[in-house]
Amino acid sequence: MAFSVDKIKEAQTLDGRLPDGPIEQKWDRRKNELKVVSPANKRKYTILVVGTGLAGASAAAALGELGYNVKSFCIQDSPRRAHSIAAQGGINAAKNYQNDNDSIFRLFYDTIKGGDFRAREPNVYRLAQLSLDIIDHAVAQGVPFAREYGGLLANRSFGGVLVSRTFYARGQTGQQLLLGAYGALMRQVDLGQVEIFPRREMLDLILIDGKARGIVVRNLVTGAIESYVGDAVILATGGYSNVYFLSTNAKNSNATAIWRAYKRGAYFANPCFTQIHPTCIPQSGDYQSKLTLMSESLRNDGRVWVPRKKGDKRHPNEIPEEERDYYLERKYPSYGNLVPRDVASRNAKMVCDEGRGVGEYGRAVYLDFADAIRRRGIDYIRDKYGNLFEMYEKITGENPYEVPMRIYPAPHYTMGGLWVDYNLMSNIPGLFVLGEANFSDHGANRLGASALMQGLADGYFVIPYTLGDYLASVDLPAVSTEEKEFKESQKAIEEQVKRLLSVKGNKTVLEFHRELGQLLWDEVGMSRNEKGLKMVLERIPEMKKEFWKQVNVPGSDKDLNKSLEFAGRLIDYFELGELMALDALHRNESCGGHFREEYQTPEGEALRDDEHFSYVAAWEYPGDDETTPILHKEPLTFEYVKPTQRSYK
Amino acid sequence: MKKLNLTLRIWRQRNANSPGKFETYQVRDISPEMSFLEMLDVLNEELTKKGEEPIEFDNDCREGICGMCSLVINGIPHGKLHRTATCQLHMRHFKDGETITIEPFRAKAFPVIKDLVVDRSAFDRIIAKGGYISVNTGSAPDANAIPVPKEAADAAMDAAECIGCGACVAACPNASASLFVAAKVSQYTFLPQGQPERKRRVLRMVEQMDREGFGNCSNHGECEAVCPKGISIMNIARMRREYIKASFS
Repeated sequence: MAFSVDKIKEAQTLDGRLPDGPIEQKWDRRKNELKVVSPANKRKYTILVVGTGLAGASAAAALGELGYNVKSFCIQDSPRRAHSIAAQGGINAAKNYQNDNDSIFRLFYDTIKGGDFRAREPNVYRLAQLSLDIIDHAVAQGVPFAREYGGLLANRSFGGVLVSRTFYARGQTGQQLLLGAYGALMRQVDLGQVEIFPRREMLDLILIDGKARGIVVRNLVTGAIESYVGDAVILATGGYSNVYFLSTNAKNSNATAIWRAYKRGAYFANPCFTQIHPTCIPQSGDYQSKLTLMSESLRNDGRVWVPRKKGDKRHPNEIPEEERDYYLERKYPSYGNLVPRDVASRNAKMVCDEGRGVGEYGRAVYLDFADAIRRRGIDYIRDKYGNLFEMYEKITGENPYEVPMRIYPAPHYTMGGLWVDYNLMSNIPGLFVLGEANFSDHGANRLGASALMQGLADGYFVIPYTLGDYLASVDLPAVSTEEKEFKESQKAIEEQVKRLLSVKGNKTVLEFHRELGQLLWDEVGMSRNEKGLKMVLERIPEMKKEFWKQVNVPGSDKDLNKSLEFAGRLIDYFELGELMALDALHRNESCGGHFREEYQTPEGEALRDDEHFSYVAAWEYPGDDETTPILHKEPLTFEYVKPTQRSYK
Repeated sequence: MKKLNLTLRIWRQRNANSPGKFETYQVRDISPEMSFLEMLDVLNEELTKKGEEPIEFDNDCREGICGMCSLVINGIPHGKLHRTATCQLHMRHFKDGETITIEPFRAKAFPVIKDLVVDRSAFDRIIAKGGYISVNTGSAPDANAIPVPKEAADAAMDAAECIGCGACVAACPNASASLFVAAKVSQYTFLPQGQPERKRRVLRMVEQMDREGFGNCSNHGECEAVCPKGISIMNIARMRREYIKASFS
């Protein structure tokens, strides 16, 4: 049975446990209220941290520093390889080092507006406050940020803002911040506070007496199903863009940890809020395995254009200036090429839909550096973006110093995720969710250089405070992996593995995933409509049936088997895809990355409906896969930034 | 562009305890626009369809930054293209009809897990001994309190670009991890924040490198030649100076 909006049952509204007081005092007030665990007692607690990206590694390191026993799990062969490593452009902080009138309030304001008024004000304000501490800490860790000749830190601009507040380490800011956090984590390993478990994939969350008390993982090398007990579980397992198959995420990034937590009762918030990044290298063939991002920072100097005429097949350098349409500069004169990502992506789609797209398939626009090279010289451009240009040339075989880059939007980040309160705890006591895996700070659209900021704020500066309060407030009797909850879970996982290996059909996991990804990209991607979303809700249950009849998963369950790993993730993607479509269908408005064709302004911009949809939609698993999920609303209130029609003109 | 037909000789090995051997496969109609790993994806899809076990190889970001991909391609870690990780190598650099030999990174300290996948956890254990600055969260001064000359920051960044893939070890006749260790030591040597632990860091990291069974550096320079990030062998000279200074003071 397909999910249907008519069958959505509404349950009680959610309380985000937001602190009282003026916004600039809320986090301090909350910290004063939080209970603290004494140093002697911290060592009695074991904390399970899943994921070692910026949020997970920073949390594991910071908790180890405090004296907790931490077990850190990751899917890669080393914690250093988590997908945060691929973040290119930078990290925001309201330092106002450039004297351009930046402030905590301005970063807060930009983020709320950028998110199209679908994020919580208090969370975002705290994020802006903590941005200052992150930069201080990263510099103390030896992160080699770019500097001016005077020795002070350099900044650049990102989309959706009018100041320069982005700190960067060439085009590898994520790498350098992650290696800083990984170093801090490995220091705690050396000190005996953290134990690492690489090549493990979390397959279940274990609740005992209603509290998160453990996880079940698959050892990806031996195939063994292993259980681990803890006093709290922290998920920092990233986003779910790979549901689309083609995305800028790493191949192993997946939704399984958060999805299995959802199926254990954690609410999934705003699943339809996904970010399609405007500047990615276009697909070149059917065999394509992933898409590569070209950093948003390139829009500081690159100009986006397409030919004025439809189907103009001339070489870009032969198209004269007056026959080019620099459509972002034309439509948004004050932000120009630096409009937010959702706006840039939607406009790229629009010009391509008009038949003015370029490249072999007509699904690309130009990002042109010729003016910047003329104005500043080639060395300036090379110094700033050299590694990105090199990467572009390796993939496409074209030299972007001479020919404009061809770019097209691609799935990149997911604002939706598990619902958490202000303390970053889900509705399941003892289950905390950090970074991209939660839904908290970016509303319906994330601004560039804010993901790194959120991951590190959550891990270094929020969870060390809020976790202690939980541990000090609850009674946690000793449990072991012999409890029936662990045994039953292990058995169910082993059965699913056996079932996957036994189908022996004629279609590969990859074929099914491509098919699902294409469906979601077409109908739950850059623009959505009622008809398409209803079709998705009908189609996915059929695909699931076909999958269980026709899939071919080779190999054994006793050793390294990537096909088996990917098959398990795909089962969860089918279900997640349904929830995304349901969420998109129920939200009868457009906001940020969620663009419903029925709801747009005469100029084609997203048209919000604050009267009916100014809430977080958190979905509860109803207990079986056929029943339409249950909706919990968390109303959003805006005291400091008045919701308006977003304008970047 | 013309499609390629290729012969692949690929190392297959059940696990660390079984002997491995080369198997030969044919792939047809490979687009020159494909990446090397996408070409292997195509082969794996064919093997799966035929009911055979696909070839296991490590990979993740596929954009040259996570360091998870490896492979020795025609005798060269990450293949012949300069400063390029395997995942960024494209098929336009191969010729129609070519035979390509694909092996795992080979070193005593990197045991094979399966087929082309090796265990590089020795690198984590080296980093645990000093690949960081020992600052606890929450105690840092303002980020601009300590100016760092641009030249020093740039030099630190050059060293910090290492992706920890292990190609340097695979290319070295002695299977030395010197370039990997030296890159980390150098990054912090350039920065004021790295000074307090300068001696302890280099002594502990080098000691762990030896304990893991990596060989010594004898200046072949193969490591720099294959490094996908172009980490300079000058870093090894710097690490040695640091090590000697630390040993005698």
